[in-house]
Amino acid sequence: MLKNVFRFLSSLKLTVVLLALGIAVVFFGTLGQTSDGLYVAQQRYFRSWFAYWTPHNASFPWIPLPGGYLVGTLLLLNLMVAHFTRFKWSWAKSGIFLTHIGIILLLVGQLLTDMLARESIMNFREGETRNYSESSLDYELTFLGDAGSNSLDQVVAVPASRVTPGAEIQHPLLPFTVRVRESYENADVRARGPMIDSNRPPASTQGAGARAILEPRPANRTMDERNVPAAVVELLEGGRSLGTWAASGGLRSQEFESGGKSWRLEYRPGREYKPFALTLMKTTHEVYPGTDTPKNFQSRVRIQNLDAREDREVDIYMNNPLRYSGYTFFQYQMGREQLAQGGRGTSALQVVQNPSWLAPYLGCGIVGLGLLVQFGIHLGKFISRRAA
Amino acid sequence: MNRWFPTAFVAVFAFWILGALMPRKDASFALSEFGRLPVVFNGRVQPFDSLARNSLTQIREKDKANLDPAKGWYESPRVLSATEWLLTVMTRPDLSDGWKVFRIDHPELKALLKLPEPDPSRGEDGKHYSWNQFGSEGLRLIDENGRSIRQTKPDNSQRTTFDNALLAIQESLYLYQRLKNTLHPQDISALGPEIAAYQKAIPAGVAAFRSRMSGGVIDTNALTVMFAFSERYFETVRMDTPLLVPPIEGHGSDAWSRMGDALLDAGVSSSLLKHLMRVSPQDELSPAKVAAELQRAGTVPLNPAVGAWARMGDAYHAGQVEDFNAAVRDYTAYLRTLRMDPALTKARAEQGFNAFAPFSKAASIYIVAFLFGCGFWFNFAEWSRRTSLYLVVLAFVVHTGGLIFRMWLEGRPPVTNLYSSAIFIGWGSVGLGLILEAFWKNAVGLAVATVIGFATQIVAHNLALSGDTMVMMRAVLDTNFWLATHVVIVTLGYASTFVAGFLAVLYVILGVATKVLTPTMGRSLARMVYGIICFATLFSFIGTVLGGIWADQSWGRFWGWDPKENGALIIVLWNALILHARWGGMVKEQGIMNLAIVGNVVTCWSWFGTNLLGIGLHSYGFMSGAFTALLIFIGSQAVLIAIGSIPQEKWRSFRAAAAKG
Repeated sequence: MLKNVFRFLSSLKLTVVLLALGIAVVFFGTLGQTSDGLYVAQQRYFRSWFAYWTPHNASFPWIPLPGGYLVGTLLLLNLMVAHFTRFKWSWAKSGIFLTHIGIILLLVGQLLTDMLARESIMNFREGETRNYSESSLDYELTFLGDAGSNSLDQVVAVPASRVTPGAEIQHPLLPFTVRVRESYENADVRARGPMIDSNRPPASTQGAGARAILEPRPANRTMDERNVPAAVVELLEGGRSLGTWAASGGLRSQEFESGGKSWRLEYRPGREYKPFALTLMKTTHEVYPGTDTPKNFQSRVRIQNLDAREDREVDIYMNNPLRYSGYTFFQYQMGREQLAQGGRGTSALQVVQNPSWLAPYLGCGIVGLGLLVQFGIHLGKFISRRAA
Repeated sequence: MNRWFPTAFVAVFAFWILGALMPRKDASFALSEFGRLPVVFNGRVQPFDSLARNSLTQIREKDKANLDPAKGWYESPRVLSATEWLLTVMTRPDLSDGWKVFRIDHPELKALLKLPEPDPSRGEDGKHYSWNQFGSEGLRLIDENGRSIRQTKPDNSQRTTFDNALLAIQESLYLYQRLKNTLHPQDISALGPEIAAYQKAIPAGVAAFRSRMSGGVIDTNALTVMFAFSERYFETVRMDTPLLVPPIEGHGSDAWSRMGDALLDAGVSSSLLKHLMRVSPQDELSPAKVAAELQRAGTVPLNPAVGAWARMGDAYHAGQVEDFNAAVRDYTAYLRTLRMDPALTKARAEQGFNAFAPFSKAASIYIVAFLFGCGFWFNFAEWSRRTSLYLVVLAFVVHTGGLIFRMWLEGRPPVTNLYSSAIFIGWGSVGLGLILEAFWKNAVGLAVATVIGFATQIVAHNLALSGDTMVMMRAVLDTNFWLATHVVIVTLGYASTFVAGFLAVLYVILGVATKVLTPTMGRSLARMVYGIICFATLFSFIGTVLGGIWADQSWGRFWGWDPKENGALIIVLWNALILHARWGGMVKEQGIMNLAIVGNVVTCWSWFGTNLLGIGLHSYGFMSGAFTALLIFIGSQAVLIAIGSIPQEKWRSFRAAAAKG
C-alpha cells in the first residue's frame, strides 16, 4: 500500500500531469488578470489551493483548477520522493540532480518570499526626512495624544480590519472608548453642498465630517488605484458621548480634547518605522528631447543612522536600488508639487524587505549549471557517436 | 552542374548585394545628401531620411510615395522617394495635399468618408486617397468619431476593426499636419522674407510686451504685429513637430528645438508663452524665472540653423537646384563646425542602412534558397542542396551584418522591442538551422532556416508599419546589461522552441503528404527535435529567471505574475513537460512531434498573445491585426496536430516504406 503511494508520488507521469496543470493555472491566471486585476488574480489563482476560472461577463460553467500552492507543493513532493526512492546517483545524471536541487531552491525561495517579504512605500518631498515607510494597502485608524513639547506623542493605531461597524475599541492609553458606527473599504469624501445635500445629514457631528459627506465606492481591484477607507466613529468618555467623527484617508488630521489633553485623529496608511532616516535631497526627472518618454528618474537621498554613526548620500534610480540594513529601496514614482505649494520635486520609493532575496539567484545559477552539464553530456555523446 | 552551378548562382546574388551597397549620386536636387541631415524625432537623433520613411510607412505602409496608385507597375507610375515626398510636404503643401498617399482599406470607413470607388480612368485605386479628398467634412467626421471612440472605449480590447481603422487614419492625418508645419507654419510659402519681417517687428514688439507685463503704457500696434508672428509659431510648437534646430553648443547637448521654438526664442520665448497661456501645470514658471525670461526677450540672436533651413526650404520651393544643393552643403559644413560629427556619422550610416534594407534582402534570398532546398528532397541532387546552403549562408551574413549595424546605430543589444525580437528570432533560427544542416546534410536544417527566416521577416515588416523601429527605451528598460542577457536569452529560447516546432511540422507534412520521410529521416528529425527542445529548455529557463532577477533589481519583485513573465514560464513548463514525457516513455516519435507543434502555439502566445491582453509591464504595442493573425496561426497548428495524430500506417511515407519492405 505504502509502496504504491510512493510509486505514485515518484512517478514521471505525475510530473507530466502536474506540469500540464501548472501551465493551465498560469494561463488562466493570466487571462483572469484582465477582469480581476493583477492583485486579485494573484490571490485567486497563484496564492491559493483551489481556483476556478469564469469567462469575462459569463455565467456558463467555469473551469475548476488546482491553485498555485497546490501545484507547487505537489511538484515539490513529487521531486523529493522521486529523488529518495527512484533516483540512483551517477555522473551521467549529475546535471539532472543539480537542476532539481536548483528547482527545489527556487520553489522554496518563492514560498518564503510569499510569506516573509513586506512591501511598503516611502513618500517625500525634496528636503523632507522620513524614518518610516507606509503600507500601500493597509490603513490604520490612529489616535495621537499630545504629550507636551519635551516628549514623544502617544500613538494608538487600530488596523482597518478591526474597524468594523459595531466594534468597540478600548486601550489603556486612550481616555475614551471608540465605537465604530460606519465603516467603508473605499469611500470618497466631499464637501457637503448647501443645496444638493439639503436632505442628507453631514457625515458626523464633530470635526471635518460635520461639513462633509461620505460617498461609498465599490472596492478597487486593480493595482493602479488604491482604496481609501473611511469610517464614522463615536467617542465615549466614561459613557458620555463626545460626538461622532468621520475618519478618512482623504481627510487631514482632526483635533479634539479628551481627558484634559488634546488628541488628533487620523485614518492613514499603516507605518513601519526604521532605525534610520532618509532625507530626499534632490529629484531628477529627464525625458527624451521633444517627447514625454521618461529617460531617467533619480532621487538623491541622505542616509542618517545614529546607531551606526552613518551619514552619507546615495543616488537611487531605475535599475539601481539602494540596499541598506535588510531593506531595498527602489525608485517608484516621481512628481512635482504645484507651484503654489512650493514647486518642489516629490519622490516615492518602494521599500522591500525580503530575507530570502538571494534564493532565486542561487537557484537560477544551480539550475542553469545543471542544464548545461546535462545537455552538454548529451551533446558530447551525440557528437562522439556521429564521429565514430 | 554539381560543381559550378551553386557557386555561379550564389555569385549573382552576391553581386546584387554588393551593387546595393554602392552609394548613388543625385542627378539634380541633392536629395540623398539632404536626406542624411540629422533631425530629432521620437526622442532620438535620426537622419531626415528615417523621419520621412517612418512617416510614410505609417501613412501608406510603404516607404516610397507612389503618386499614381491606380497605375500598374508596367505603366510607369510616378514614384517619389520618402525624402522627396517629405521635403515637398514641408515646402509645397499645396502640391502634396493632392497626392494620394493615405491608405484606407476598411470599406465602412471609406463609405463614411464618401471616398471614391476604384476607377483607373480617374486615377482611383480605391485604397489611397489625398488630403484634399477628405475635405473639411471628412476631417470633421474623423475628428468627431475619433473623439467619441477614445471616450467611450478607452480600452483597446473594446474597439472594433472600424474603430481601429478610423483611429489609424486620424493618427496619419495628424502626423501629416505636424509634418506640414515642421519647417514653418503651413500658411506661408517662403520662410526667408517671413523671418526678415518677424525680426523687424521684434524690437518694438518686445518693448511693448515688457511694458505691458509691468503694467505700463503699451504700443498696441507693435505688440499686435509681433504676436501675429508669435502666435503662429507657437501653434506649430504645440503640434509637437519634429525638432530641426540643433543647439548652438553643438554635440553633447540634446537641447534640440523646433523651428517654432527657435524663432520664438528671438522674441518672446515659447516657455514664457506657455506660462502665460497656462498650457499645463508643468509649464508654470517661478516669478524669478519669468523675470529672467523677460530680461532675455528680444536679446537672443536667431539660431543660425534657422536661416540655413529657410534657405534650403525656399530654394526647394522655388525649384532652384543650384541654390538648394549649395544650401545643403553649407548647412552640413555648419554642423561640422558645431563638432556634431558623431551625429552626422550616425545619421549618414542610418540613411545607408535604410537604403540597403539588409533584412528584406535577406528575406528574398531565403525564399530562393527554400525552393532549392525542397528540390533536394524530390530529386535528391546534391547541387540543389548545395545551392540552397550557399544562399542561406549569404543571406545569413547579410542578416547578421544588418543586426550588428543596427546594434551599433542604437548603441543597444539586438532586441529592444517586438520588431527587433522578430528579426532576432529569425536570426537565431537560421543559425540553428545551419548547425543542424552541418550535422545531417539532408536539407532539413535549410528548410528550417529559410522558412523561419522568411516568416519572421514578414512579422517584422508588419510590426514596422507603426513607425520608427528604433524608439528610445523608457527609463525602466534603459539598461544594456539586462537587455543583453535576459532579453537575448529569452528570445533565443523562443527561437529554438519555434525551430523544434517547425521540424515537427515538417515531419508531419513530409510524412503524410509525401514519400520523403524515410525511417532514417524520421529518426534524424526526432533526434533534432529532442536536442533542440533540450536547448530551448535551457535558454527559456535561464532567460525567464534572469527576467525575474532584473525585476528584483529594478522594482524589488522577483516574480510579479506579469502576463509576459507568465508566458515565458509556460514555455519553460511546456518544454520540461515534453522532456519528462519522453523520459517516462509516455510518448514516442509521433507524440513528441505533436507536442512540439503545440510548442509553436505556446511560444506565439508568449511572444504576441500576452501583449494583446493590454495589461502589465510588457504591454508595449497593442495590435488588432495581430490578434487575427494569432488566431489563424493557432488554428493552423491545431489542424497540423490533428493530421499528425492520424495513425502512422496511413501516412504516405510509411505506406511507401511498408510496400517496399
